[in-house]
Amino acid sequence: MPLLRQRKLVEDEWTTLGEELPPDDVPLIVPFAKFKENPDAFRARKGKLGIRLAPADKVEELAPELPRLSLVVLEFTGPGEGRGYSQAKLLRARYKFAGEVRAAGHVKQDQLYLMARVGIDAFDLSPTEKPEEAIATLDRFKIAYTPGAPLPSITRERFHAS
Amino acid sequence: MYRYDEIDQAVVDQRVAEFRDQTRRYLAGELSEEEFRPLRLRNGLYIQRHAPMLRIAIPYGLLSTRQLRKLAFIARTYDKGYGHFTTRTNLQLNWPELKNVPDILEHLASVQMHAIQTSGNCVRNVTADHMAGIAPDELDDPRPYCEIIRQWSTLNPEFTYLPRKFKIAVTGSPEDRAASEVHDIGLHMKRDANGQIGFTMYVGGGLGRTPIIGQVLREFLPLKDLLSYLEATLRVYNRYGRRDNIHKARIKILVKAVGIEEFRKQVEQEWEESKDFATQLDEAEVERVRAFFNPPPYEKLEDYDAAADKELEFQTWYRYNTRKHKVPGYRAVFVSLKKHGAVPGDMTSEQMEAVADLADAVSFGLVRATHNQNLLLADVKQSDLYKVWGELKRLGLAMPNIGTLTDMIACPGLDFCSLANAGTLNVADAIQKQFDDLDYLYDLGDIEVKMSGCMNACGHHHVGHIGILGVDKHGEEWYQITLGGSVNGFTALGDVIGPSVKQNDVAPTIQRIVEVYRKHREDGERFIETYRRIGLKPFKEHVYATPAAA
Repeated sequence: MPLLRQRKLVEDEWTTLGEELPPDDVPLIVPFAKFKENPDAFRARKGKLGIRLAPADKVEELAPELPRLSLVVLEFTGPGEGRGYSQAKLLRARYKFAGEVRAAGHVKQDQLYLMARVGIDAFDLSPTEKPEEAIATLDRFKIAYTPGAPLPSITRERFHAS
Repeated sequence: MYRYDEIDQAVVDQRVAEFRDQTRRYLAGELSEEEFRPLRLRNGLYIQRHAPMLRIAIPYGLLSTRQLRKLAFIARTYDKGYGHFTTRTNLQLNWPELKNVPDILEHLASVQMHAIQTSGNCVRNVTADHMAGIAPDELDDPRPYCEIIRQWSTLNPEFTYLPRKFKIAVTGSPEDRAASEVHDIGLHMKRDANGQIGFTMYVGGGLGRTPIIGQVLREFLPLKDLLSYLEATLRVYNRYGRRDNIHKARIKILVKAVGIEEFRKQVEQEWEESKDFATQLDEAEVERVRAFFNPPPYEKLEDYDAAADKELEFQTWYRYNTRKHKVPGYRAVFVSLKKHGAVPGDMTSEQMEAVADLADAVSFGLVRATHNQNLLLADVKQSDLYKVWGELKRLGLAMPNIGTLTDMIACPGLDFCSLANAGTLNVADAIQKQFDDLDYLYDLGDIEVKMSGCMNACGHHHVGHIGILGVDKHGEEWYQITLGGSVNGFTALGDVIGPSVKQNDVAPTIQRIVEVYRKHREDGERFIETYRRIGLKPFKEHVYATPAAA
């Protein structure tokens, strides 16, 4: 599956937790519900750790783990799912999370700009998506009303944040 | 009125280009119907019974004559030569072709208009009081704040995929002509002890299948905190509003489920914790926007009785279709879209163009769309009224029924809307015929009739003095009638009078309802006042006492 990161198509070096625990140094994505079942086991791993949040998961609950995380994956479960936008905003703006925030699930080129503006910086594109088209959408908007995560194409914003 | 700067223009231009590409991909089969749906909805495009329906935003109801002419052109070129004004001051076109919609949007962008977020689960067109800036009872003009909210909410990345649609109304008058308490958020302008402008913020109002009157979220919200507080409110809603059931997804359901105190606690906490990254509203930006709404160059005139010594027909029109203006020598003039025999809210391209000409001549080149589906020429010199009346009469736009029973609100109903259970237009027609005697109509006085073709309540039937709701009973169109609903400073939901009636019985039933009013009313008492005094029972008894006339 193509992963779009920093406007480039890259191989995804991460493994998502399955039936068996991969070797200790493999970068591992753990669904938050699984993580909560046995947090110490995952915290003790040598390799990089990422957490996958379902739309209903609370960022507040994840906050204490953020310093040890390299990645947070946000799940977009369908075309109308919008909670991930607020999750991303809070991760970046309130908790100053500096690792990768990745959108997964229903990730179409039409949502990419909005996702990028709330601070999502990697996109696990839906299989039908054309990566070149998706990249191009990130430059479609030159001007925005509300403040958001910086994009090279955005030259002006009407409002500013605190 | 507000004029776009390069930021506003760029936003709509970018959006047109984006939607042109999305439409192309849909038509080329690259986007499925399910994928295209939320995209087209956020550009105002529904797929309806006969064809797509395009809903064009008229922010807080204000139009320049250039814009109105463009709407006339669009309706003529891409539709059947007419449009339908809605209760949320949008214009709906019922017959555009999908492939032409990007071109239509480009035409709109050329006159600083758009259809962005007029449907879909996002923040919708922000509405205001149609008497904004001219009402004698107004604290402050709400439109600059509507415009600020419009910009803040347009393509707002965090709040474009909400659980459900989100409607905001702002009013500057105690008489709430914007029906703000039945909006997701209603803002009532207030001043604090220091004279600073702010708002009382209501949340969780709405009609639809679960009608609820909004509750106070914040008694006084200073203007500088407007956007940050809206953000906190929308964020709580975006995160915790229900998404599992479309009928339980509005913010009113969330507020009801957790209670207003708990909801307020959550919003306040969210607001406190987002202070260092929330969107700010600077005084300079407020001043920039406010400057566009400075009063037009009124002449220094005296009030006089423009109706004196004129014929009765003009006097009648003057009384019903014009309103007091805060500037001496001027009046506000309703352009009635409620002519008997015509669809409430419909207007032809020719009428739009002629009204644009008229507004250029007598009302500073501006026209307003009203919540009651009429237009308003807001700033007409009293000495011009007679001339204006003559012209409106010639255009079929001078039906002297504003505020009366036949100035009714109606959604397009089963004839056009794929959601509707029952027709509204033929019922409206029957009511107009039943009450065609103007003297009788005037004797009945102020009665607000509001009709919806289904529970979605686009016709606001819950808050009609007389509300009519179309329901489907085993494939037949029936109508449930409610009494006692109101907005305008006293928001109340109507009471169901009894079993629903057949289509042919609606007009006779309303006849019986007003008979009860005529029998019981005391001196000068309006229908709604009589209803509040005597209650539902006498109405119910009379309406169901004898079988309805065939």
